[in-house]
Amino acid sequence: MIVPITMPRWGLTMTEGTVVEWHVQPGASVGAGQMLLDIETTKITNTLEAAEAGVLRRHVAEVGQTLPCGALIAVMAPPETPDAEIDAYVGSFVITEVADAGGAAEVEPKTAAVGDLTLNYLRAGAGAAVVFIHGFGGDLSGWALVQTPLASAFDTIALDLPGHGKSSKRVPHADVAGLAGELAAFLDAIGVQRAHLVGHSLGGAVALAFALAHPQRAASLSLLAPAGLGREINAGYIRNFIRAERRKDVEANLRQLFCNPDLVNRALAEDVIRYKRLDGVRQSLEALEGAFLSGEQQATVLRERLAEVQAPVLVIWGREDRIVPPAQGQGLPANVQVEWLERSGHMPQVEAADKVVALLKRHFAKAA
Amino acid sequence: MQLSRDKLVEAYRKMATIRAFEERVGAESVKGAIPGFVHLYAGEEAAAVGVCMHLGDKDWIGSTHRGHGHCIAKGCSVEAMMVEIYGKAGGLCGGKGGSMHIADLHMGMLGANGIVGGGPPLAVGAALSAKTLKTGAVSVAFLGDGASNQGTTAEAMNMAVVLKVPAVFVIENNGYGEATAVGYHCGAGDISARTAAFGMPAEKVEDGTDFFAVYEAAGRALRHAREEGMPAAVEIVCARQGGHYTGDPQPYRSKDELEQVKKNDPLVRFRKRVTGEGLVSAADLDQVDREVAALIERAVQKAAAAPLPAVEELTTDVYVSY
Amino acid sequence: MAKKSIRAAVNDALKLEMRRDPTVILIGEDVAGGAGGSGVQDAWGGVLGVTKGLYKEFGPGRVIDTPITESAIIGVAAGAAVSGLRPVAELMFVDFMGVCFDQIFNQAAKFRYMFGGKARTPMVIRSMMGAGFRAAAQHSQSLHALFTHIPGLKVVMPSNAYDAKGLLIQAIRDDDPVIFLEHKAIYDLEDEVPDEAYTIPFGEANILREGDDVTIVAISRMVHVAMDAAKRLAAAGIQATVIDPRTTSPLDEDSILESVEETGHLVVVDEANPRCSFATDVAALVADRAFGALKGPIKLVTAPHSPVPFAPNLEDAYIPNAAKVEAAVRATLAARELATA
Repeated sequence: MIVPITMPRWGLTMTEGTVVEWHVQPGASVGAGQMLLDIETTKITNTLEAAEAGVLRRHVAEVGQTLPCGALIAVMAPPETPDAEIDAYVGSFVITEVADAGGAAEVEPKTAAVGDLTLNYLRAGAGAAVVFIHGFGGDLSGWALVQTPLASAFDTIALDLPGHGKSSKRVPHADVAGLAGELAAFLDAIGVQRAHLVGHSLGGAVALAFALAHPQRAASLSLLAPAGLGREINAGYIRNFIRAERRKDVEANLRQLFCNPDLVNRALAEDVIRYKRLDGVRQSLEALEGAFLSGEQQATVLRERLAEVQAPVLVIWGREDRIVPPAQGQGLPANVQVEWLERSGHMPQVEAADKVVALLKRHFAKAA
Repeated sequence: MQLSRDKLVEAYRKMATIRAFEERVGAESVKGAIPGFVHLYAGEEAAAVGVCMHLGDKDWIGSTHRGHGHCIAKGCSVEAMMVEIYGKAGGLCGGKGGSMHIADLHMGMLGANGIVGGGPPLAVGAALSAKTLKTGAVSVAFLGDGASNQGTTAEAMNMAVVLKVPAVFVIENNGYGEATAVGYHCGAGDISARTAAFGMPAEKVEDGTDFFAVYEAAGRALRHAREEGMPAAVEIVCARQGGHYTGDPQPYRSKDELEQVKKNDPLVRFRKRVTGEGLVSAADLDQVDREVAALIERAVQKAAAAPLPAVEELTTDVYVSY
Repeated sequence: MAKKSIRAAVNDALKLEMRRDPTVILIGEDVAGGAGGSGVQDAWGGVLGVTKGLYKEFGPGRVIDTPITESAIIGVAAGAAVSGLRPVAELMFVDFMGVCFDQIFNQAAKFRYMFGGKARTPMVIRSMMGAGFRAAAQHSQSLHALFTHIPGLKVVMPSNAYDAKGLLIQAIRDDDPVIFLEHKAIYDLEDEVPDEAYTIPFGEANILREGDDVTIVAISRMVHVAMDAAKRLAAAGIQATVIDPRTTSPLDEDSILESVEETGHLVVVDEANPRCSFATDVAALVADRAFGALKGPIKLVTAPHSPVPFAPNLEDAYIPNAAKVEAAVRATLAARELATA
C-alpha cells in the first residue's frame, strides 16, 4: 500500500511550505513519530514527523522547493512495491483539500469591543469552548498548531491580548489581575460563560488568575510554561524583546524560546520586528514589563493559591525552558497534573504541538 | 503720531544700541578680534526699529546678510550676539553661525541669511504657520534692494498672495546690491511698484532715515496683515553709512553721496525731533546713550573673555537625531 | 492585513499622520490638483494620484496647491517647519530640486547647525525619482547622492510598500529635514501593509536574503533588480546576500560591513550616474573598513555617465538590469578563482 506524505497545513494561515532538510533518505525504514523533514513556513520552521511506521521510498520534493499545502512531498510504501507503481502514483497524484478541522481554514479573525478596547480573536469549531491565552509579546497565531486540530471537536477561541496582535495597542490594566479582568470582559462580550482555559507563559498566569476569580467559569485549566508559579524568570528576555531593534539581536533573543534554536527563522524575527514597530506597542510592552516584573523577578506569584482551583489543572513544561525555570513546575499541589516534555523549550505549543494536543484532549475529557 | 514717551525712549534705545553695536563690531573686526567678515547695519536703524516696534515676541522676522540690526530690533540678547560674532562658546548660536547666521527662533528671529534672497520664502512659511495654527502672529521678511531681484523673492511674494498669509515684505533699499547701484540693477526702477504688481498693497517710504515715516508706513502694512490676514509690502529708501562689508573702501560711492548720508543720520534726526517737540529731554537720551555704551562694553568684555567652542562641538547639532 | 501598492501605502501614511497630528500639512504642485479651476478642486491628487482623497478629508487649509515655484514651496515649508508646522512638501520630480536647491541645502539642512542646535526643522520633501517612464533627461534622474552628501539632510528611498508606509511615517515624525524619494516605476508594486500606523527607523537595512557567496547592496527600484539577479544566481548555485539600506543617510554601515566580512565579495547596484555616487560611497566604505575581507574586486552596476535618454532602447540600456548584476557577481567571483587557481 502506498502512503503519501503531503505538505501539512500548520495553522490557519499557512498556504505553502518550503523543504529545508530531509532527515530520512529513500529506502530507510522509519518509526511512527520519527522526524521526516524540516519545513519552513512564513512563520516558523518545523519538523514533520511520520504518522505511522514504514519505508520511505521516494523524495518527491527537493530541498529548497516550495509547495502548496496538500502537495505530495514523499512516498512511503513497502519494499516490495515496484518503482513503476510509485512512479504512477506520483504522476497521478492530485492535491485534495487538506483536512482542516471544522473548516477552520476559512475562518477569519473577528473583533470584540471590550470597554474602549478592540480585541481580536480567532474562533473555529463547535463543542465545548476552549480559550487560548498567549504570552508576553505573542499573539493568537502562536496557537495555530494546536488550535487547528482541536477545532474538530471544540469551539476554539484564541484571542490577542490588549497591546498584542491585532488588538488595540493599549494596555490599561497591565498587571495579571487586570488582564484576567479583560479576559472576563472579553468572554462576556463574545457570550462565552464557561471554557477550558489554555494559557501560555504570562497567559498562564492570566488564566490562573481568571480561574481563581471566576471558579464557575473555568471548565479546566491548562498552563503551558506558565508565569506566576515562582519569582524567577528570564527578565533579560523580556527587556531584550522590547528593546532589541536589529534583526540579529531580535533573532538571538527569540532563540531562547526554543530548545532547537534553528526554529527561529528570519520570517519569525521579521514578524516580531514589524509588530514592535506598530504605534503603541512599545508603550504597551513597557506597561506589561512594569507590572509583570519587579526588578529582575516576577511581581505576581499565585503558586500558593493553585490548590484553591476547583477545576482540573494541567501544567505542561518543556525541560529545556530558558524563560521560566522548569523547576517551578516541581512540588505543585496534588490537584495539579504536571507533564514534562523532553527536547522542548518555552514554546511547547510549537515545538511539541502534537504532544500538547494529545495532552489537552485527554485533560479536557477528564474535566468533562 | 501715537507713540508714548516710553515707546519713544525704547525706539531710541534700540537704534542707539544698533549703532553702538555696529560701530564697535566694525572696530573690533578691523583690530582682528572678530573672525571673518561682517556686514554692518549702521545708518539703517530707523528701518529695523520702525518696523519691529510693531512686533511682539510671537511675531516672526526673516533677516538678511546685514542682520545685526534686525536681531537687536526684534529683541535678541546683545551680549549673546556679540559672543556669537566673536565665534565663542555661549554665543547665540554656540559660535557655529557667526554674523551671517545669527538667529533666535525663541525670539521669532528666523535668522540672518548668507544667501541674498534666502529669507523671504522662509518668512512666508512662518506666516503660513501663523495662519494655520491661528496664533495671530505676522511674519516680516526683511530684504534688500539686491534681494528684490532674486527669484526667491518673486516666488515668495506671489506665494504669499496666493496662500493669503499675513506676511509683510520690508524692502530696505539702501541703494546698493553689494557695489552695484539700484539704478543699474533694478530694471523696473521702482521696487515698490514692482512689488504691488504681485497683488498686495506696497508703500514706499522715500526717506527711510525718518523713524516716524517708517513707523507709520510699517504700521499700515502690519495692520493690513494682522487684520486682513493678507500680505503687504513697504519699501524703505535708506543708506548704509559704511561699505558692503567692514573694510570696503567704497570707491563706487561719491564723496557727495557719503557726506549726504552722514547728514541724514537717523539717530540725529530722531533726537532733534523728540527733543524739539519736547517729547523726551536731551538729558534722558544722553542717559540712554551712556547705558547703551555700558551694555556694549559689557558685551565686548564678555565676548573677549568667553572660551572657544570645544572641538567636540564640531560635529554636534547637525541633526536632532541620526 | 491587506495588500497595498506603494502608491496606496504613501497615501495611507499621509492620511494617518494628518489625522494624528493637526500640524501636518501637505504643500506642493497639484497635491489637490485643480485649485481654482472650473471643475473639481482635487482633480488629480498629485500628478500620479498619490495624494488623491486627502483634500476631501483635510480641506484646502492642509492640502495646499501651490504655484509652480519650487523655491517658494521648499522655503515656505522650511519656514513653516521652524515655526510650528510639520510640512510635507511635494516636489513632483526630483529633477526639479535644481530649481530650489538653495532652500534645501543652504537653508533647511543647515538651520540646526548654524543656529547652534536650537532649531528643529521637521519637514519632509517627497519627490518622484527614477527612469523607465520614457520621460527623458529632466524627469527621470536618481539624484539621491546630492542630498546624501549634505550634512543635515536624511535621505530615504523605499523599495516596497511596507517600507514606504513605515519610513514615511517616521519621516513625518522626524525632527530633521528628510528627503523622501519614491521611484515612480514601482508605485504599483504590492505588499502586505498593516492598516495601523508604524515606523521603521532610519539607518536600519533590510536584508532580503542571505547567501554566503556575495553581498549585493541595492536601493529603491534596484532592490528588485538585485533580487532577480540573486534568484538567477541561486539557480546556478551562487548564493547572494541582498541588502536594501532603505536610507542612504543615515547609512546602515554595520549591516553592509558584516555581510562583506562573511562573503568577501561586494556588488553595489545603483540607478544613479556613477561618479561620486551612492555606489562609490558604499564601495569606499567597504574598501576602507573591510578591505581585508575582500576576496575579489568590488563591482558597481550603475547607469552610465550620461543623462537619461529618451529613446526607449537607449533608456533600457541606461537602467541597470539583472543580467548586468549577474555578470558583475560572476566577475568578482571569477577573480577569486583566478587568484586561487
